[in-house]
Amino acid sequence: MTDPRIAGAGVTQFGKHPERTGRDLFAEAGLEALDQSGVDPDDVDALYYGNFMGELAEHQGHQGPLMAEAIGVDAPATRLEAACASAGAAVREAVKTLHNGEAEVIIVGGAERMTNIGTAAATDALAIAADDLYEIRAGMTFPGAYALMARAYFAEYGGSHEDLAHIAVKNHEHALVNEHAQIQKEITLEDALEAPTIASPLGLYDSCPITDGAAAAVLTTEGYAAEHDLDAPVAISGTGQGGDNLALQDRPHLARTPAADKAADEAYADAGIEAGDVDVAEVHDCFTIAEVLAIESLGLFDVGEGIDAAAEGTTSRHGDLPVNLSGGLKAKGHPVGATGVAQLATIAWVLDGSHPRADAVPEGSVGVAHNAGGTVASTTVHVLEVKE
Amino acid sequence: MTETTRNGEYDDWLDSVEDGKAYYVRCDEGHGWLPPRRVCPSCGSRDLSEEPLPDSGEIATHTTITVATPQFEDDAPYVTAIADFGPVSITGLVRGVDPEDVAMEDVVGIEVGERETTGERAVVFRPR
Ligand SMILES: [Zn+2]
Repeated sequence: MTDPRIAGAGVTQFGKHPERTGRDLFAEAGLEALDQSGVDPDDVDALYYGNFMGELAEHQGHQGPLMAEAIGVDAPATRLEAACASAGAAVREAVKTLHNGEAEVIIVGGAERMTNIGTAAATDALAIAADDLYEIRAGMTFPGAYALMARAYFAEYGGSHEDLAHIAVKNHEHALVNEHAQIQKEITLEDALEAPTIASPLGLYDSCPITDGAAAAVLTTEGYAAEHDLDAPVAISGTGQGGDNLALQDRPHLARTPAADKAADEAYADAGIEAGDVDVAEVHDCFTIAEVLAIESLGLFDVGEGIDAAAEGTTSRHGDLPVNLSGGLKAKGHPVGATGVAQLATIAWVLDGSHPRADAVPEGSVGVAHNAGGTVASTTVHVLEVKE
Repeated sequence: MTETTRNGEYDDWLDSVEDGKAYYVRCDEGHGWLPPRRVCPSCGSRDLSEEPLPDSGEIATHTTITVATPQFEDDAPYVTAIADFGPVSITGLVRGVDPEDVAMEDVVGIEVGERETTGERAVVFRPR
């Protein structure tokens, strides 16, 4: 079994594009990925496409074939939905299919149009990733759910809103050179601490923005890449996915994300690596506390110690283990169904040296992408490695 | 309460809370859940029974939500909490106390209230 290669990737500018249709956003990303890969569109065997709220935002279901058509590909196309981990799930299905030898070329990607319906409706749409009967009807919002986890974390392990603010400051600084990022604005610790509260203890700067955008990548087998002389030095060497109870109330621990633990264990075993081998990570920081939970589940920090990582500088671009060099969801933006593939693209570009923050890990050869859905009831982890 | 089709066992359960006969679903290994459940997600047991919900719970975590969805617009700011009732934990709105004064491990009772925005039923916790 050989590891699938990333032959090309494309990402739109993430931001407010309320008038752009989902199909146009995806077409931009998908065509850029195809062009960068040098792969003949006729060779594409399948499209796996992530999208979360298309029915609510665009009154559009059945988006698989729509998106294949939008990128000029005549191949079976399937939409996957795992809330914010939809695109990560699409990558995982593609990797498995390529491993199985059932395909040679698969396009993975995702798109989300969100700002066209306004903040209130988007907040409502995001909430449906939670349990409708037992959470949403008790007033839980998406930020509210992570606020519940943040308070539980503080009570169990210590930490404060100021520790979380360091994560926001770091990710905003990382995004300054990322032309795809929604927010390219440096913020101070005071800015983050003085911002209005949205769900205590979380404030405005603890939350990712609402974003329109798309991402796509062309994955091929190692054999196809060699045969067609593709410039595809980065391989997906490990894939993992984990699940958990949908509702927070049903979980034994409110400050841990075991779905991500399981996904990481599986992906590391698949790749034959350990957490200590990881040079760089893109993690699902939909809220600042989510970055803490992610880096602990990935085994990059001990449980209860991830909260200090940003304040101590370890996860900044100058630190030993840079996390979210793209700016993360926090500053880059979070077009829900596209995020998992945007993370994949970031790691690929950091490892091949073409990302504007690649200089943070000049010797980096192993990266991970952690994509979480809802309150981490779905998580995918992918390990990327530079091959010859 | 708006006229909508009932959500089976969920609304039955809310009725039980409203009638002061709240229950939870318990498997033979003691794992607790809220209905509908046909199998225990923890151990796979299908031998489930309805047991009386303990009279009070403790706040396990809480948040004061200022940016609400349209369904809770007029309720905001409001407190959502998860309360630990022992065998089962439940999510609800905390009322009868200033949001600033809600604290971890506060002891609460459970009842059914209405959302201010829509009048729909909601689980409500009140300090004991
Ligand atoms: Zn059980």
